[in-house]
Amino acid sequence: MARAVAALALAAFCATTGGDGAVAQQAGLAPFVVTGDAIEAPLGGLKGDPARGRAIIVDRQKGLCLLCHSGPFPDQRFQGDIAPSLAGAGARLSVAQLRLRIVDGTLLNPETVMPSYYRIEGLTRVARAFEGKPILDAQEVEDVVAFLGALRDGPSTGETR
Amino acid sequence: MRAALFVLSLGAASAALAEIPADQRKSGADFMSAQTRAMQNDDATNPAMLSVLDGESRWSAKAGAGAKSCADCHGPAETSMKGVAARYPAFDAESGRPIDLAGRINSCVETRQQAQPLKPESPGLLALTAYVALQSRGMPVAPPSDERLASFRARGEELWRQRFGQLNFSCAQCHDDNWGRKLGSAPIPQAHPNAYPIYRLDWQGMGSLQRRLRNCMSGVRANAYPYGAPEFVDLELYLMQRAAGMPMETPGVRP
Ligand code: HEC
Ligand code: HEC
Ligand code: HEC
Repeated sequence: MARAVAALALAAFCATTGGDGAVAQQAGLAPFVVTGDAIEAPLGGLKGDPARGRAIIVDRQKGLCLLCHSGPFPDQRFQGDIAPSLAGAGARLSVAQLRLRIVDGTLLNPETVMPSYYRIEGLTRVARAFEGKPILDAQEVEDVVAFLGALRDGPSTGETR
Repeated sequence: MRAALFVLSLGAASAALAEIPADQRKSGADFMSAQTRAMQNDDATNPAMLSVLDGESRWSAKAGAGAKSCADCHGPAETSMKGVAARYPAFDAESGRPIDLAGRINSCVETRQQAQPLKPESPGLLALTAYVALQSRGMPVAPPSDERLASFRARGEELWRQRFGQLNFSCAQCHDDNWGRKLGSAPIPQAHPNAYPIYRLDWQGMGSLQRRLRNCMSGVRANAYPYGAPEFVDLELYLMQRAAGMPMETPGVRP
């Protein structure tokens, strides 16, 4: 079911963008190209720093990831159980696939509760302080992706909720 | 392009969202620690009872141009207000819209007592609302079957399923699809309105259901509706329908 929905969403995305590989452009944000279920090129051509990525992930105001996910962060109390563990994310998914999941997971699964971290369009009643801003900027997305890509230990397939 | 995609995803989402089956409904109190639950269940330790007592004395205090008290017109609250909170919001013929309990009380303050209306979240309005709602404690939530409410309730349900804010969440995604799971340290409750107004330890004070809804909206980085907004009353109407039959627990305590 989830897979069928994902396929459907992807098909719709391709149809409305005029095909796989079209450039998604949002005002003020770096453009990106979705290929299959991935974004191959780093946002803005930036290079991620895994140490900064880790700091963003455990920051409950910034990355918010541990509100929903658990992961290999023994120093962190109160990890969420809404989403699969991040352990082994880099073994399950390529860096390009991880990038799309952080940028806008709704392109793969329209029902997902995971926030779209690099998206400012199609949102409703965004609070003034956050208007027109993505949750993470391009550099921060690349930092997070770099950290996740290096998370090799953990299940390499399947749901790990 | 975004618009087209969005319509599609909304369609898919509403197909998947399931309402909570009646035998799985749980009061917010069931998600609390045993300690906090015990605090709510014993009037001697429930910090909201101070506000209820304040409400009781306000009930018989004369106010406004006519120097009338609530009791002058309504008599003892134990009889005249029994079951009232369990069936609010109700249709208000004057405004042609639903009105919630606090709004109803304030309309009496303004038009019957001819006094200054009480501010949203003011201690006086919270106290009167808690005192009136206490008279329904233990009674089942009983939303009126008034046809005039149907379209407002439907609008409330729409808002319930609408995604909001920078984090792009709907109420339903948390409270229908993920209740019982942990959001960081906080268990997600089912969002039943049957214990409001509440004393929240985190607020160190009383708050209305609308204050709670504003917290949830700000939590997803949305611009929350203002107090008294019609959207909130519509949402309350839907929440009461969703909780129909559950016992009223006002005054609740929350962490
Ligand atoms: C509100 C909850 C929530 C938050 C916050 C959240 N996620 Fe997710 N995430 C999910 C869910 C649920 C899934 C499962 C897939 C789906 O729903 O599409 C998921 C899936 C993922 C996946 C794919 C997992 C896999 O193994 O297939 C990765 C990687 C991921 N999230 C990383 C992150 C990172 C990094 C952050 C913070 C920057 C984050 N998530 C924040 C809910 C969340
Ligand atoms: C991101 C998840 C999330 C979203 C979205 C959300 N809530 Fe909540 N809600 C919570 C959590 C967590 C609590 C409990 C908070 C606590 O006790 O600290 C809560 C509490 C509540 C309560 C109080 C229940 C009780 O027993 O006291 C109500 C009512 C409620 N929410 C309604 C809503 C409505 C209506 C919306 C949409 C406008 C909404 N929520 C959106 C997570 C969410
Ligand atoms: C001058 C007389 C008068 C005073 C004083 C008065 N009320 Fe009322 N109240 C009424 C009348 C009459 C109604 C029924 C109105 C209607 O149906 O339109 C009513 C209705 C109500 C209702 C709704 C009852 C229901 O069954 O739906 C509530 C609650 C209420 N009053 C609370 C209060 C409170 C609290 C006070 C004091 C702050 C108060 N009233 C003061 C005359 C009064």
